[in-house]
Amino acid sequence: MDKIISGKNISLTDEGFLKDFAQWDKDIADALAAENQIVLTPRHWEVLTYIQNEFKNDVPLSIRKIGKSGIVDIKEFYQLFPVAPLKTATKIAGVPKPVSCI
Amino acid sequence: MEDKGQIKKMMIIQSKATLENVYACFVLANGARMEGIEAEIFFTFFGLEAIHNKKLDHLHVATVGNPAMHMPTLLGGLPGMEALATSMMKKEMEKIDMPDVREFIEILSASGVKLWACKLAMDMFHYNREDMIEELDGILTVGDFYKQGAGEGTHMLFI
Repeated sequence: MDKIISGKNISLTDEGFLKDFAQWDKDIADALAAENQIVLTPRHWEVLTYIQNEFKNDVPLSIRKIGKSGIVDIKEFYQLFPVAPLKTATKIAGVPKPVSCI
Repeated sequence: MEDKGQIKKMMIIQSKATLENVYACFVLANGARMEGIEAEIFFTFFGLEAIHNKKLDHLHVATVGNPAMHMPTLLGGLPGMEALATSMMKKEMEKIDMPDVREFIEILSASGVKLWACKLAMDMFHYNREDMIEELDGILTVGDFYKQGAGEGTHMLFI
């Protein structure tokens, strides 16, 4: 499905993940965060940047890996993105939904 | 119904301490939190071993009475067989990035999963609070645990 986000026409999956990372920019991240009742702070951005780098390097993401990233521990990750953190953070970062169960 | 019967909270009762059952419980609890669903685990009877400081690093896979192991029961009962099956399973776990039991407990606790010990079983095994993991949120009666589960969209699971 297509949706207008911050003035741009963006292709999304049924669950609201960007289909094409090339369409992502910081305004879109802010808009997607607001939809999830989150206001992005510099701490959020550190995590989002880490997630995007892992995606660019083809590293599969999991909660365990985020906890070992050295960027954020699992407790703070849940504080930053309280509801379904890995799903929400990857959505805002514009990368595909992780398939991990852990 | 407005929320279409959405699951909001998983209350899991963990009554066994075989490695495969403990992992099933932990993956389900963690998976709930990953989806924004609350999760609480009530460890009772042998399930207490999974949160007992001196025992949780030594949980075993069951090789007897487990037809899916495809091992004759007599063979599964031989000394060392459980240890062998356990070490094989642990190796496979590592390959798919599964944490060990202790690390998994840390992940669950940091993710906001509430971990409870059953009072009756604690008394029966003569365990004290100090014997158990630091992450334990408390020792509850069955009634207390049911109270924890109050609210719409709560599901209970017995493992």
